[in-house]
Order: sequence, then structure tokens, then C-alpha cells
Amino acid sequence: MTGGEGDGSATAQEMASAWAQVEGARHPDRPYSLDLIERCLDEFIELHGDRQGGDDAAVVIGLAKLEGRRLAVVANQKGRTLEERGRRNFGMAHPEGYRKAQRLFALAGRLQLPVISFIDTPGAYPGVAAEERGQAWAIAQTLEAQLALPTPYLAVVIGEGGSGGALATLLADSVLILEHAFLSVASPEAAAAILFRDAGRKQSAAAALRLEAENLMEWGIVDEIVPEPPGGAQTDWDGTADLLRPRLVARLEQLVSRGVDPARRRERYRRLDGLFQV
Amino acid sequence: MLPGDASSAELVREEAMSASPTYSPPQAAAAPEGGEVVCAVCSSSQSAAAAAANLYVCPACGAHARISAHERIRQLADPGSFQVWDVNLEGRDRLGFFDTRAYVDRLDEARLRQHLPDAILSGAAQISSIPVGLAAFDFGFLGGSLSTAVGERLARAIEASAEAKMPFICVTSSGGARMQEGVFSLMQMAKSVSALHDLAESHLPFISVLADPTMGGSIASFAALGDVILAEPKAMIGFTGARVITQATYEQLPAGFQTSEFHHARGLIDQVVDRRQLRELLTQLLRVLSAPPGDIDQSAA
Repeated sequence: MTGGEGDGSATAQEMASAWAQVEGARHPDRPYSLDLIERCLDEFIELHGDRQGGDDAAVVIGLAKLEGRRLAVVANQKGRTLEERGRRNFGMAHPEGYRKAQRLFALAGRLQLPVISFIDTPGAYPGVAAEERGQAWAIAQTLEAQLALPTPYLAVVIGEGGSGGALATLLADSVLILEHAFLSVASPEAAAAILFRDAGRKQSAAAALRLEAENLMEWGIVDEIVPEPPGGAQTDWDGTADLLRPRLVARLEQLVSRGVDPARRRERYRRLDGLFQV
Repeated sequence: MLPGDASSAELVREEAMSASPTYSPPQAAAAPEGGEVVCAVCSSSQSAAAAAANLYVCPACGAHARISAHERIRQLADPGSFQVWDVNLEGRDRLGFFDTRAYVDRLDEARLRQHLPDAILSGAAQISSIPVGLAAFDFGFLGGSLSTAVGERLARAIEASAEAKMPFICVTSSGGARMQEGVFSLMQMAKSVSALHDLAESHLPFISVLADPTMGGSIASFAALGDVILAEPKAMIGFTGARVITQATYEQLPAGFQTSEFHHARGLIDQVVDRRQLRELLTQLLRVLSAPPGDIDQSAA
């Protein structure tokens, strides 16, 4: 990236582009996971609980069908009303949420269900209780569960893909991303606090992180960018689902017909940065 | 430098290597020759020689100072047994990252200062004559953060251990993701966990030792997946740092929050072990784990 000031820092244009991506992904009227699940999948039945004493509403799991094919579903879920935002903790999971996802992966393996994951989270919840109950351990174990899942696995980033909390349900055989969604190592605010010691420089951080969907596509971290209706997903939920559903069907069909080998999925994430000669 | 251009398939940066004098261990460990080492916690001082002999643990208050990867290997491996892996393997600045300085400049400076290509040192070693794969993070190298090169060296060390049928030990001291490598840093969590799967399939143990600090993406991936997890006393360990938690939630932090002892009390760490007993405990663990399975202990015969 060449600099606005000639010093290598982001140009105004780069900052505007990156920040537009972040604001688009966070738009309060954007369809959340359940909005898209309802519109893209058939016969969704929600399941509850991690079977270890908790049921984190920031993560939704369930069973569904797509074009007659049975599926397991896992999703980050944000809330829309004040009450729901609190209950779903803005889509930021506690360890119970990650353990709920692990339960879903185990169930899917046992019953041979392909998995579709919807990702839309600012990240794992940064709180005392989450740490006390082993937030890091829960995420690590969820990473492991995904890389051992013996069935086809498809993920779609529909909004924010923040940090390790997003990665916990992202390590699929195919990864899609909506046009205005993003995936990032940290929220731009957190990155700015670390890099500049100033969370206010979030636009500079967003530009430096190059978190736009096109970059993820170019780097091979995602496999496909799914277009959104003109004006963005927030203007037309049905239209967003109409664009997404056929891509889910096609990708799932491709994975099922290819036959799934979790070793191939592990190889994908082992070699993902494409930098190292083997 | 454009991402995805043909040269991005190249990894080993020969020109960077020639710019760096050597990655062999520095002569003096952590303190200047003849100098004093002052404890960061209680301010009591000891001579450099005494500090090295005490493994950089303060004899007055027991505080465990952060040590370099080279020093960690010196403390744990049998003398002369360490054979470094992937000595020339380096990453590169994939994003063309610039915050207040160019990332490439930060990297070059850290390489020279820490005598390492990146924030981890790995190799084959023996601990009390038992062959192991051994890796140590270097917090002095950009906070021991997870870069693509760190992830790659870690994954290769795990795979080399599996190949050689050796247990793998990793001593982590890492702030987590390396912001300057963006989403590539995030993906090292997946890479390291993927490699650990191979070790598990070979039924070989992974002993994860957590040193101060082990945070973020490091503890939320490989470091939390040890078959046995040990931690040095009072090490900071957690997903989100205390300062961020306070800013985000205004919560009161409980006493001893995110220390080794805190996690041990909650069933997340097997043992909190003084650095001066770490080698001995690892030896015991390795002797048990290297014995034949079942009730046949031939060494007892």
C-alpha cells in the first residue's frame, strides 16, 4: 500500500473504502443469521444448549433442509430490539456458545449431516465471566472440532467476521462471504488501540488491515463473494436471500458430490497462506 | 509488492538472511556481562551470573522474568542436544503494512535484536536423554505474536515431531495475533490446530507450557490444546486482555484475574510449576508418556 503522506500510511481513499466495508457489515438493518436462515433454508428447527449447563443465545444451532437435503446449522446471532440485543449479547458468544457449536459439530458427524455456518459476530465476548469459564479453551476446542468434522461443511460470512470468535465457526470446506461483509484479525477499534494506542484511528486500522471481501478472495481465504442487492443487504432481505440461496445449494452440491475428507480440510488451513514451499 | 503476484510463492528471503548476521544464540543470555539484574516486581537485584543460575527467577520474591527463546532452550534441553529446525524460514510483509512505522522495519530490527528470524525457535532436542520436539516463543520479538512464519515454524515443528515419533513440547509466551499480518495472522490459529491433529493421530503427546504472557489467538488455539498444560507461576493467560475487558464492560476484575493460578483453580491448567522445577517435571512426564502402553514397564524390569 503506498502512502497518502508518502510514508506508507493509508490514503484517504483506502480508508474510506475499508470503512465503508465495516459500516456496511455492521448496518443495523442488515439481515442477521436467522433472517437469512428463514429465507434460504427450509424447515429450520432450532436446538438449544451445550448439554453442559448452558444455552448461549449469541449462537444458534439447529436442523434444516436445503433442496431436500438435510443439514445441521450453526450461526452467530445478533439481536434487533434492545431486549434481544442484550439476550444475544450483540452476537458475542461466551464459552457456552462455542461449546454449543461443538455439540452441533458432534451431532452432525454422528448423524452424517452436512453443516452450514452463518458468521456474524464482532468477536468472542470480552468479559470476566467468559474468561473464568475458559473462553480461549472453548474457542480452541471448537477449532479442533471443525477440523475433525467428517461431513461436508460450508460457511458464509454475512456481516462481521471478528477475530477468533468468528474463526470458531469458519473453518469450512468452502467459505463464502457477502459483498459487504468482512473478516478481520481484530475489530478495527481494537487494532487501532494496539497499533496506534488510539481506538479513534479505526479507519486507518481498517485500511491497513485490508479487510475488504475482495482481498480475502484474492488471497484464497474465501472461495466466493456473494453479491448483495443494490444499496446493500440492509435494503432488501428477500433479495439478499434470493442471491445467497442458489450459491449455498450449488456449493453444497459440489461438496457432497466431491466427497468429504476432513484431512483435505485440514490441509487447506495448513497451507492457507500460500507463502511457504513444501 | 503486490499480494498474489508470482513471487508470493517464494518464502525464504535470502536477501534478509544475508542482511542478518546470525541467528545463533547470543553469547550473554539476558543481562549484560558483569551487570546486575533487577527484579521488575520487587526491585531486588542479583548479579548476572546469579540470575542466569537462578533461571531468571527472583530469589527474593519468586517472580519469573520473561526470557528469550534461546535462553528457554538453554534451560530445558540437554546441553548440546538442540538442533534447530527451519533456521532460515521467514515470512514477508504480505499486506504492505504501515502503522506508525513500516512493518518490514520492525521485523528487521527484531531479527537483529533477538537473534531470531521470527518469534519462535524450534528444533529437535533431548530432555534428560529423551528425544523431543521443542519450541519456544520469544516475547521480545514483536510480543511473541503469531505471524505466518511463526505459525509455519510451529506447524513444521509439530509435524517433524510426529514424523520422528517424538513428543512435542511448546513453551508459549505470546501476546496473540500479529496485527501487521492481518487475517493471515488469524489463520495461524487454524494452521497450528490442523498440524496438532497429525500429532494426535500418531498418538504422540503435546505438552503445552504457558509462560508470561499467553494471550489471544495463541491461547485460543494450539496452546490450549496440550494433552498436558503446565504454566509458570503468575503468568498472564487469557483470551482478552484485562485492560480491554475493563474498557469494554466496566467490570470489576477479581483478584488474581487471568493468572496461571486463577486458571488452575478453574480446571483449565494441570499444574502451575516453578521454572526451577520445570525441566524435572517435564522429565517425569516424558518418562511416563514414553513408557510402553498398558502395564508393561520394561524400564522397571
